[in-house]
Amino acid sequence: MANRKTWFLRGVRDGVPIGLGYFAVSFALGIKAVGAGISPLEAALMSLLNLTSAGEAAAIVLLGVGTTYVELAFTQLVINLRYLLMSCALSQRIAPESSVLHRLLVGYGVTDEIFGISMGVQDKFSPYYSYGAIAVAAPCWALGTLLGALLGNILPANLVSALGVALYAMFLAVILPPARKSRVIAGIILVSMLASTLLTLACTHFGWTFLTEGFRIILLTVVISAAAAVLFPVREETEVSDEN
Amino acid sequence: MKIESILLAILLMAGVTYLIRVLPLVLIRREIKNTTVRSFLHYVPYVTLSVMTVPAIFTATGVIWSALAGFAVAVLLSLKGCKLPLVAACACAAVFLVELFF
Repeated sequence: MANRKTWFLRGVRDGVPIGLGYFAVSFALGIKAVGAGISPLEAALMSLLNLTSAGEAAAIVLLGVGTTYVELAFTQLVINLRYLLMSCALSQRIAPESSVLHRLLVGYGVTDEIFGISMGVQDKFSPYYSYGAIAVAAPCWALGTLLGALLGNILPANLVSALGVALYAMFLAVILPPARKSRVIAGIILVSMLASTLLTLACTHFGWTFLTEGFRIILLTVVISAAAAVLFPVREETEVSDEN
Repeated sequence: MKIESILLAILLMAGVTYLIRVLPLVLIRREIKNTTVRSFLHYVPYVTLSVMTVPAIFTATGVIWSALAGFAVAVLLSLKGCKLPLVAACACAAVFLVELFF
């Protein structure tokens, strides 16, 4: 395994596009937070401590209309439950000798995007990889929220628009290269995208507001991954060749 | 109980979210041997990231055409094996250019 500094710098490098994307998204979040009666500093603190776009967006809406602590906690649980699955997957990929303290720190940074790049690392990843990515991404997320709350709409709209696609482009860069080497993974990606599109359209069409985006992600992840696990069990050898 | 302190609300949601994230990392210390569970966890990232990207990417920009351009560029460069930052930057540039001309 490479040394700590190498891992950290690699995390920083992969964290830069995440930070840029975060900045654009959290800028918009900051504007919304102020609209809901949250102060810029509170909004920045919320972003720093929570580090979750969907969860914070939902919380801002709830706080804006008035809610209870129980409802707020439950909403976060449902929307962010996908992190539980991600952490389970990460538990198999983090360097096994990592101490509890390292695991506690890595846990803070389990976001969709940092999860994405961590799974993109060949074989096991070092906690220092996470720290590098967190060191770039978390300040961008909090700072974007603060500036959005303070300054509102100063970024030209087309720049915000262009940055909006960065996160998704990164996800594609993580999942597509292995798909070229494995037909099973290619098929699973296609089925997932198709199912997600159909379910989203169905939710809009039938007005299924209970199926929030966070819940849809959990539902589809569990169903499709379970089906794939039963239909195409992974043997040790194929697992390695899939992830080059 | 009605929320009166935003600060308390922020700490509460941070606590819930952190527990969700950290428990599996701390509790699952050893390698899982069961093939089905291993396979399940092996496929989770591909499904999760696919589901999060599509259809959300198509509404992530100002107009759907620029999003489609960004998507196409990202898919092509990813399949060619380009590094993450390059894929992200080119996708952003594609969106920016399309919105400039349309």
